[in-house]
Amino acid sequence: MRFSIYRYNPESDAAPYMQDYDLDVKAHECHMVLDALIAIKNNMDDGLTYRRSCREGVCGSDGMNINGKNRLACTTHLSALKEPIVIRPLPGLPIVRDLVVDMSQFYKQYEKIKPYLQNTNPTPAKERLQSPEERSKLDGLYECILCACCSTSCPSFWWNPDKYVGPAGLLQAYRFIADSRDTESKERLSELTDPFSVFRCRGIMNCVDVCPKGLNPLKAINHIKELMLEEGV
Amino acid sequence: MVNSGLRDWLYQRVSAIFMAVYSLGLVVYVLAHPDLAYYEWHHLFTYMSMKVVTLLFVFLLLIHAWVGMWTVITDYIKPFVLRLMINIVILLALVGFFFQTILILWGI
Repeated sequence: MRFSIYRYNPESDAAPYMQDYDLDVKAHECHMVLDALIAIKNNMDDGLTYRRSCREGVCGSDGMNINGKNRLACTTHLSALKEPIVIRPLPGLPIVRDLVVDMSQFYKQYEKIKPYLQNTNPTPAKERLQSPEERSKLDGLYECILCACCSTSCPSFWWNPDKYVGPAGLLQAYRFIADSRDTESKERLSELTDPFSVFRCRGIMNCVDVCPKGLNPLKAINHIKELMLEEGV
Repeated sequence: MVNSGLRDWLYQRVSAIFMAVYSLGLVVYVLAHPDLAYYEWHHLFTYMSMKVVTLLFVFLLLIHAWVGMWTVITDYIKPFVLRLMINIVILLALVGFFFQTILILWGI
């Protein structure tokens, strides 16, 4: 199988380039794209650099652009891809080396939405209870693994990564707004009413198309907009 | 700036609904008058109510266009001075269209 992989080492390369590798995927027992990347690194080119950890779609480390679509290398079947398999880093973020991108901007936006429970009521003796109905509101939100596939496929995030929170951040923003145990929903909403944080989303749904966990950030973003109207922030 | 994202988003939604209703109304009018000629069309716009509703339609269209253009310009034109100049040209053009519409409607 032929792989065409984006290479760039800022210390030695003047410009990025694409490097081809021909790998016998059967001989190396490769099923997923990550298996092939590991086989290439172990057997052909130990300089090839990428992030990986759990290799089962839980940690979100190996988000990359495979045949033009952002996905996790570990959950993408080689058999589902057309040759040559073109692998590039996630678009729109600065390159550290090869397939490794600098995620600072992405994490900054995540930090902005205060991704933790805020509750001004006195702490109960045991725990803050939630009914099964209240808990079910968090389904489809809490599963996000912050792989950045969605935000880096969003043109609004490409053009304004410093001002637009991005689909991943907004999904998490809604996760805490919708949480019955959080008392700061109104403050959270009022912090997002500027022209960029939420409203730079124009609903093109790239985020929904690429999410490897099958989540729907656009739905969460639309809920945020509706709640802003209802709450009159 | 604080609430302007929510405000602009509302402007676009409300204007879109009004424009859709107006456009549908015009389509119904045209379908209901199969042999529509210059005289009927001209006569339709002599009513004061039609003039006001049409002016409102154009006004909302221009607001809608301004929010959209401002969004596109902030995405793609990064140098501040150039962006400011383009925004001023667009704003002047939109205001010009509004007065042109008044001249046309009240010239009938």
